[in-house]
Amino acid sequence: MAIIEVEDVARTFTVRRKVGRLKRERSEVRAVDGLSFEVVAGEMVGYIGPNGAGKSTTIKMLTGILVPSEGRLRVAGADPSRERVRLARRIGVVFGQRTTLWWDLPLRDSYELARRIYRIEDARYRHNLDRCIELLELGPLLGVPVRQLSLGQRMRGDIAAALLHDPEVLYLDEPTIGLDVISKNRVREFLAEINAEAGTTVLLTTHDLTDIERLCSRVMVIDHGRVVYDGSLEGLHGIGGSERTLVVDLATPQPDPITVPGARVVRMEGPRQWLAFPSADSAAPLVAAIAARYPLVDLSVKEPAIEDVIARMYGGEVGREMEAVSG
Amino acid sequence: MARSVALAHPPDPDPTGPTGPTPLAALRARPGGSLRLYAAVARSSFRRYAGYRAATWAGVFTNTVFGFFIAYTYQALWQIRPHLGGYDLSAALTYVWLGQSLLMPVAAMGGGVQDDIEARIINGDIAVDLYRPVDQQVWWLAADLGRACYHLLSRGIAPLLVGSLFFRLRMPAGGAADQALTWVAALASVALAVTVSFLLRYLAALTGFWLMDPRGIRQVTVVLGMFFSGFLLPLSLLPSALAAVAQHLPWAAMVQIPLDVFLQRRTGAALAEGLLLQAGWAGLLLGAGQLLQRAVVRKVVVQGG
Amino acid sequence: MAESTSGHSARYSRYSRYPRYGRVEEALRAYRLIAGMWLRASLAYRASFWITTVGNGVTSLLDFVVIAVMFQHTTVLGGWTLPQVAFLYGTSGLTLGLADLLVGSLDQLGQRVRDGSVDTVLVRPAAALAQLGADRFALRRAGRVVQNLLVLGWSLLELRLDWTLPKLLVMAVLVVCGTVIFGSVFVAGAAFQFFATDAAEVQNSVTYGGATMLQYPPSVFARDLVRGAVYGIPLAFVNWLPALYLLGVPDPVGVPGWFRFASPLAALLCATAAGLAWRAGIRSYRSTGS
Repeated sequence: MAIIEVEDVARTFTVRRKVGRLKRERSEVRAVDGLSFEVVAGEMVGYIGPNGAGKSTTIKMLTGILVPSEGRLRVAGADPSRERVRLARRIGVVFGQRTTLWWDLPLRDSYELARRIYRIEDARYRHNLDRCIELLELGPLLGVPVRQLSLGQRMRGDIAAALLHDPEVLYLDEPTIGLDVISKNRVREFLAEINAEAGTTVLLTTHDLTDIERLCSRVMVIDHGRVVYDGSLEGLHGIGGSERTLVVDLATPQPDPITVPGARVVRMEGPRQWLAFPSADSAAPLVAAIAARYPLVDLSVKEPAIEDVIARMYGGEVGREMEAVSG
Repeated sequence: MARSVALAHPPDPDPTGPTGPTPLAALRARPGGSLRLYAAVARSSFRRYAGYRAATWAGVFTNTVFGFFIAYTYQALWQIRPHLGGYDLSAALTYVWLGQSLLMPVAAMGGGVQDDIEARIINGDIAVDLYRPVDQQVWWLAADLGRACYHLLSRGIAPLLVGSLFFRLRMPAGGAADQALTWVAALASVALAVTVSFLLRYLAALTGFWLMDPRGIRQVTVVLGMFFSGFLLPLSLLPSALAAVAQHLPWAAMVQIPLDVFLQRRTGAALAEGLLLQAGWAGLLLGAGQLLQRAVVRKVVVQGG
Repeated sequence: MAESTSGHSARYSRYSRYPRYGRVEEALRAYRLIAGMWLRASLAYRASFWITTVGNGVTSLLDFVVIAVMFQHTTVLGGWTLPQVAFLYGTSGLTLGLADLLVGSLDQLGQRVRDGSVDTVLVRPAAALAQLGADRFALRRAGRVVQNLLVLGWSLLELRLDWTLPKLLVMAVLVVCGTVIFGSVFVAGAAFQFFATDAAEVQNSVTYGGATMLQYPPSVFARDLVRGAVYGIPLAFVNWLPALYLLGVPDPVGVPGWFRFASPLAALLCATAAGLAWRAGIRSYRSTGS
């Protein structure tokens, strides 16, 4: 059952630009253009794209902040822009760079306010808060004024605040931006946990592709206001002539690079060599060919860095191909 | 009275930024380097404020509306007492409109670089500033003069023009030489007024270094400044003993003296005395600011910020 | 996340179980909750709270000092005595002060639009106006209210009005309707800031400027200006017109006699206009996102 439905949605903005000293020029920008997708309840979807691609605009439309210019949106059966206040009880939103917590008050007070604003039943509130405290390790922070929390602590606090009312859909806008590695991991584990346990649908935008590798079985790539790829993370790797890398450890250092058909050595370091080969090809025949001629000790296959894949897509070389695949 | 609007802009009139790629050190190295540097600071501050066009129009509108309201109350009073405080009706009305014109340039309600310095004290950047190889007081003075220039040209002139359409205002009179002298003296007096106002605000802002919340001291200084500058009423209307004292306080240098210079209530020896009083306060406050600034540096060095 | 077994159909039924609260009731509740949070936050700095409260009172007292100094040089201004002008001063400052206390933070809306924090308000299940009106609720603004009450009290003692039931009623209506009219100006001004985020100062000319105007007798001002305050932005209904009745002063501009009692109508019109302006502002924000 689709919990988020987006059908041919467009959002245009009028931009005034300064031309010379006094004149200003008006022009129309289509931030989102012909956007369509569906998210099934319980899915966890990564929503990525370069700056200005339309990610924030999409999230704002899905939360009801922004009214679409064209098209149809449904979240949990409701039209977000028309039923904003009612829908607000059923969604949670975390803006990564903007806290909703109360700066001068202890963290606990922000949760108390949420309990009353959202009219959360006592038992449910206590249960949810305890769960967040446990998983996000908020215990020692509850009595601390928010202004004294570190960025990572504050983000954990914000995520908890967005979940106390049992939202069916959780939107996360850059939830790990600026966090240290430990905080990032804690946040990711927590999101995976609530998604698995409560079936909360999660849509997250991020620049950190590790977030997606760890969390999302499905990725949507948006560029120039439309979806250019929608599918699995692995599928994303397979596109656009990206290459995987075979790392080979030989028994003794070889003076020359390994020569096998279908691959080329990109790096050598003592007994270790790196061979690049097309992502679409299987590694097995390659390994067999190498093992037949060289003394193999160990080997591993590395997936292409997702950044490179996306960069290629943004480079425009494979844009058309993408659309064909996702279409 | 209208509350000042805290403009939201980055509190850093950095001359290496908007004015161009000339680095700070290079500016200082040239002959007359320091002067060039501070001129660059002032220019960049001018541009920063000039960037907020809607805010400027909003401010002009508000100053004009206040000008009307206050002008009518003065008119009512001066119709009953035609030579009250030594001003005739037309001089009193000019006093109102010029007061509105000077309100923002001399920041009688606080603000200007005071906002920037307070923000930098709160976020701790002030410690970095103090290690820069420039005198902070002069640096911020340059920035505030740039701001005042912009405010004088925009929010100073426009309300005065509107006011002169509806009320008979008094312009400098006499022979060409007298008029020219009055204009030059009035401009000099305004420049000194901005300087004294800045020095007072600088002291108030630095005091914030010892206080948790700079708002209290700010409110005190605004109340004193609004009243004793003569912005609300000419000081000569106060009970005579109080008026005599108030005429010599530093706040009089902000509004009362420049307006009297323009209205030719101060000519000859009185003019010289007025300008000297302004300059004297400027010198005294400059020294006080230097001392306080040194105390801040000591505090930063001892406590590490 | 409460129970792992809960299917979504169960969730839907849980949400539909919410009692339907009235919109106004719900908005007032949100206002109360958020204002309460700000109140507690401000009390965290207790000394600063008291200093700024007193500071607010003293700042607003300045305008009265000006009036008092003027009356050092005359016995009447525009035909009104000092206690009568003090009545105008007190009622003008009291109603502005109450409106400022209740929704004064709205005058910083442009700032909130620029930094994007309006978005966080729009994803909460409460009316945006209630949330933004309660934003940065500051009890220190009561300093102005108290100071004006003191001056008003003094003027009433001096005036020795002969209080009848209708007069008491008009006095009560004055305070309520004056607050509503000034509050409407704050809301309309905030709505304007959705379109011009840098132009926060414009509304000062109507709120603080208007209050300054209302401190003085209408007879002081040009007739067109007074007419503008009756038929344009109806600030005259805050205290000028009710004061004509309460103090028994002749009307300097000649408006219909029943206007002296029409403050509720003016307040209603103002509130309606402000409400419409606010809706237009929010709609514009939601279609431009900035």
